[in-house]
Amino acid sequence: MKRVALFITCVNDALFPETPKAVVAILERLGYEVDFPAAQTCCGQMHANSGYKRDAARLARSFEQVFGGYDAIVTPSGSCAAMARDQYPHLTGSAIGQRVHELSEFLIDVAGVEDVGAHFPHTVTYHPTCHGTRALGLGDKPLRLLRAVGGIELVDLPAADQCCGFGGTFALKNAEVSSAMLADKCANAAATGAEYLAAADNSCLTHIGGGVNRLERTGAARGPRPIHYAEILASTA
Amino acid sequence: MSTDIVPAASLIPADAPFPKAAKVALGMPQLRANLAHATGTIRGKRAKVAAELDDWEQLRDTAAAIKATVQRRLPELAVEFEKHATAAGATVHWARDAKEANEIAARLVREAGADEVVKVKSMATQEIELNEHFEAQGLKAFETDLAELIVQLAEDRPSHILVPAIHYNRTQIRDIFDQRMGDAPAGLTDDPAALAEAARLHLRRRFLSAKVAVSGANFAVAETGSLVVVESEGNGRMCLTMPETLISIVGIEKLLPSFADLEVFMQLLPRSSTGERMNPYTSVWTGAREGDGPRDVHVILLDNGRTTVLADETGRQALSCIRCSACLNVCPVYERTGGHAYGHVYPGPIGAILAPQLEPGRHDDLPYASSLCGACYEVCPVKINIPEVLVHLRQQGPHEAGERAAMGAAEAVMSRPRLWRAALRAARIGSMPWRRKGFLGRLPFPGSKWTVSRDLPVPPKESFRDWWKERER
Repeated sequence: MKRVALFITCVNDALFPETPKAVVAILERLGYEVDFPAAQTCCGQMHANSGYKRDAARLARSFEQVFGGYDAIVTPSGSCAAMARDQYPHLTGSAIGQRVHELSEFLIDVAGVEDVGAHFPHTVTYHPTCHGTRALGLGDKPLRLLRAVGGIELVDLPAADQCCGFGGTFALKNAEVSSAMLADKCANAAATGAEYLAAADNSCLTHIGGGVNRLERTGAARGPRPIHYAEILASTA
Repeated sequence: MSTDIVPAASLIPADAPFPKAAKVALGMPQLRANLAHATGTIRGKRAKVAAELDDWEQLRDTAAAIKATVQRRLPELAVEFEKHATAAGATVHWARDAKEANEIAARLVREAGADEVVKVKSMATQEIELNEHFEAQGLKAFETDLAELIVQLAEDRPSHILVPAIHYNRTQIRDIFDQRMGDAPAGLTDDPAALAEAARLHLRRRFLSAKVAVSGANFAVAETGSLVVVESEGNGRMCLTMPETLISIVGIEKLLPSFADLEVFMQLLPRSSTGERMNPYTSVWTGAREGDGPRDVHVILLDNGRTTVLADETGRQALSCIRCSACLNVCPVYERTGGHAYGHVYPGPIGAILAPQLEPGRHDDLPYASSLCGACYEVCPVKINIPEVLVHLRQQGPHEAGERAAMGAAEAVMSRPRLWRAALRAARIGSMPWRRKGFLGRLPFPGSKWTVSRDLPVPPKESFRDWWKERER
């Protein structure tokens, strides 16, 4: 029996139920049994990256307690997976991060599939989120999964590798610089003319989507709708 | 037509916290356009020449390993350098801090019977504010690197480690030369070749009359007692060979164990800094030699906080820096604010980890001047894990009381699954009035920091947890 645990992340827990639902749909379609440990909360990244090491360590230990019994933990967030893998060893000495897989890593490296049988007849541009790409080294894995989707038209995002300016509390502490970065990201996203902007992290998508929404309703510009790539992979004909 | 020179540094408050200074810089469209253009160009050149070497990653690993060795063996390497440099005819001085280094340098200038010096571009002398000290002592220091000359004439401060005048375009440079150089040719245009020629003629007169030169060094080889300067314009070579007295101020972290180690860095540095396969001028000198170059050669080995940084096992990576500036050129924050907003001679990602360590307690806002995007780590030729050090420094504190309380409360809720679920439920219920609209456009402080430029989605009617519970039934 192929059993995996699902870590939905605190952001999705609070705001985006469709993304973890999509992960469940994809994994079940591939024949996995998905467990959702209800005691899960947050990986502790906000605390760690904002300088609150002790708080972060406590949350890391909770995470280890909740997920310790699983061989594979799948999460739709490059950033949270990187947190567990890169920072837990320093915070608590735990190696559980080796068993935490961002969705595309799990699908390609563990399940060995690129074509998950999805169909999504829309134009999509892809933003490689910083922590997923650089800290976790996802490379083009999410993009490879998207290329295999039926009916999809992928459009290149100009200056795709530039940060959208989110950066957790950076968006609040340095709101003006963050907003300047976001403005460029939104302009590049709008220039693609795509219907959707896909990424591997809903925190970054909240940021970009929030910027696009503001521009649209103030009549400044139109932009693509933010969507987690898992939701595209879960779509079928 | 020439416009008045307004030094950028005079507009950006150097002592203001980063967010405030950055806001001022963000409001300067010419500055932002110049920065975006210049960093974008160098970024592209670096990526191209780095990709040419199929052992680039091995070179980075090797450089990082050499620098780690240097940090472990620093005391013995410094003594070894002194021994060999002294045997070759140099005089080695030790300076604990900026004050000592400046005093030694000023004394040496006077002993040489001079009241002015020509300078090779040097970050160490910027760090200790040697020019300002000299001026207070009635001595003059003339910068001879083209960009440093521009900055000095404009009475500005450098805004970039490698390209100190990156914030000026050529029209602004023309105006600076026209109004400040004194001997600029009449009718000077903003043609780069004409600007370079004007500077060349101006500088040539300085080189020919200078008795003393001041330099830094890119590398100091312990095994031989040699110093190395890597440059593009040849001004360095003039300074290093023509005057009778040469004073080099060198941070102790610049030491390398052996001459062979240079092979690694000479491949990494030009590619990472100017995006060139090879830099035009590399000068290596070992002590003094009769009838060849300066007769009186001095080396001031500078600590100025470095040994304190060395004591921090995570933070000490910052001492591996070879001042290439690749991290500045790829940094989305630096690209938009420029260097002045950082309020320190070392700006950008490397400055954000170096400044707070060199001057503890003075730049606590700088580790937060980053979205932790990691672009800097990706290009760093000596593999300094800048995001790791940024987080490490944030964890050293201090923290503002209100934030500390909010973070503590968040942790208390998140550590207790039942409280967490209750909080999520409360958020869903509390945001019900806005559900139809679908977003929040204006929030009270500190949420206002978010809504300054972005809307916030409203929690959904049904959470994943509710959906899951229903499904399991």
